[in-house]
Amino acid sequence: MSVDGWMTGTKTPFEKGGRPRQWAGGFAAFAIAMTGIAAHAQPSDPRKSGTEYLSPATRALQSNDAENPAMLWVKAGEALFNEKPGADRKSCADCHTATVRPLKGIAAGYPRFSIAANRPLNLSMQINLCRQQHQKAATLQHESRELVSLETYVAHQSRGQPIAPWRDARMSQAFINGERHFKTRIGALDLSCADCHDRQAGKQLAGNVIPQAHPTAYPLYRLEWQGVGTLSRRIRNCMSGVRAEPFAHASAEMIELETYLASRAAGMTLETPGVRP
Amino acid sequence: MAAAIISLPAAIRRGDIVTVRALIQHPMETGYRRDAGGILLPRDLIRRFTCHVIEGDARMLAFSAELHAAIAANPLIAFSLKADRDCVLEFQWSGDNGFVHRESRSVRFLA
Repeated sequence: MSVDGWMTGTKTPFEKGGRPRQWAGGFAAFAIAMTGIAAHAQPSDPRKSGTEYLSPATRALQSNDAENPAMLWVKAGEALFNEKPGADRKSCADCHTATVRPLKGIAAGYPRFSIAANRPLNLSMQINLCRQQHQKAATLQHESRELVSLETYVAHQSRGQPIAPWRDARMSQAFINGERHFKTRIGALDLSCADCHDRQAGKQLAGNVIPQAHPTAYPLYRLEWQGVGTLSRRIRNCMSGVRAEPFAHASAEMIELETYLASRAAGMTLETPGVRP
Repeated sequence: MAAAIISLPAAIRRGDIVTVRALIQHPMETGYRRDAGGILLPRDLIRRFTCHVIEGDARMLAFSAELHAAIAANPLIAFSLKADRDCVLEFQWSGDNGFVHRESRSVRFLA
């Protein structure tokens, strides 16, 4: 295993090249490398949240809960969290209390491997799985107002927590595939995620700054959408922007890409709900 | 069911000029847009926002605004009031398709 070359050759495990070939053992090395990075990265972390690129006006909107329009989704999500929708007459709050299965920090660990589903899930999918398994309720449509509100409420409970991807061997294949998606050129414009978000980050695109693509504030309010959307919606937006066929919501590819993005942003602070142009 | 968030300063002294912020979830559909199939989306706007000061039996209009198609979805309305009396502030948004949403907050002063 070429772990030594990998660790000395690159500053972060996510830059191009130098990734160990055998990831079964590699994920442990990845975890060790991450702690190493966390130790030295605090003052000079080159990673920036999209918040740092915002105009002062948009930033003010995000930082004031009385003005942040996404707080309307948090409020609606809180109401849904306490509703009893299914045949079992159980609300989310019946299982998740302040002390039992508390929500704090939960959202910072997604996507994660689900034993019940036998695959990695993002938070939207986990909420739907909970509805099916524990509430005997109908699943909600992806990007529906109800599901986005619930996810925004749940993610808001982790505001201020560091993004902490699950270091689970069963996630390593998703990570590898996600990295490949990130670096593969797609669409009529023949661009990869990395072409913009690694190589051109900080520069302008159509009046806005290209961010480094760290999912630190999802679900977030986009002024363009005039509403709140999830990371999946944002990724699909980018993919149609380069004239590619977007990954479907909840598809394996989508979760793999989200897994890679979460690992890339490990240790950064979750800011949900964000506001973006 | 619309969600609305009203915010007032946490601590108000008598005579303070306070900023009131009222945020509501609403699509503010202009009536000029078409959907993916080319069908005109019907207009759905909040047309009027009011804030009344309720003091005992007296009800006085303190602030009102007419809203039009150019106002963003989920409109945020902020305005200032001079807090010179104990009262209840009553907020109402009304608009197309019989939309009405009411909220009220009491103004209490520091001792």
